[in-house]
Amino acid sequence: MSSNVIDAPRSNSAESPKYKRSKGSGSSFEMFAWLFMRLSGVVLIVLIFGHLFVNLMLGDGIHAIDFGFVAGKWSNPFWQFWDLAMLWLAMLHGTNGVRTIINDYAERSGTRITLKTVLFVASAVIIVLGTLVIFTFDPCPAGAVVDLPSFCPVP
Amino acid sequence: MPTKPAGTLYRGREGMWSWVGHRITGVVIFVFLLVHVLDTSLVRVSPEAYTAVIGAYKNPIMGLGEAALVAAIVFHAFNGLRIIAIDFWKKGPKYQRQLLWGVLALWAVTMIPFLIRHLTIVFSNFFGGH
Repeated sequence: MSSNVIDAPRSNSAESPKYKRSKGSGSSFEMFAWLFMRLSGVVLIVLIFGHLFVNLMLGDGIHAIDFGFVAGKWSNPFWQFWDLAMLWLAMLHGTNGVRTIINDYAERSGTRITLKTVLFVASAVIIVLGTLVIFTFDPCPAGAVVDLPSFCPVP
Repeated sequence: MPTKPAGTLYRGREGMWSWVGHRITGVVIFVFLLVHVLDTSLVRVSPEAYTAVIGAYKNPIMGLGEAALVAAIVFHAFNGLRIIAIDFWKKGPKYQRQLLWGVLALWAVTMIPFLIRHLTIVFSNFFGGH
């Protein structure tokens, strides 16, 4: 029977005996990333459970979600900042989680750098897009004919 | 007769499977989050575009998908609290197995009322017509 010993993560393995991962930079970045996952996780439980309860459980649930529903929420700064905090914390939490998974499984340096570049670019685009949408949103756009919230002036 | 492997860091049972579950649910939630920000961004295109895309979600297949997504989120949330307990509570590592059964119990207690409410909305609106 071959060895049943499982190597420590990110160390030389039988499949890649010449595998050498360079040592860490010595900065405390990884410690802050570890702490951030725990702190943001606790806050995200409150933000996401609240988000799911209001959007899926109250009223007519998912059936009631349309443009007017979103416009009604984002006409209130409370929900704008709720959703902004949720967007940033969830994206940073998820990006750091996927970064960890890439570091665990992509053994070649080139693969790791490529995957993490794609990840960081995608995350940055989504965070910037979401932030712009929350704060440049117009609940009563001119020319719209359906689904406007009731507080919009009748054209 | 296979013997118990020596030198195993972390194999099988509650510890490993909760770790696997946390990773898989985490990736699933992250992929959904990317799509969710993109579809919500359609409110900036036009009310008609947003309502049309959201309307495509309002069928029983997507309703079941939403239920699976919430199941993944609730597991990830409660198991995340378990990880924090293991990291910061002195007796956390000793009780990590019992904590996982607590996570699964809380998960069931949360999911049952959620599923009753959500699936009632999804199926009554679909089969009951508008």
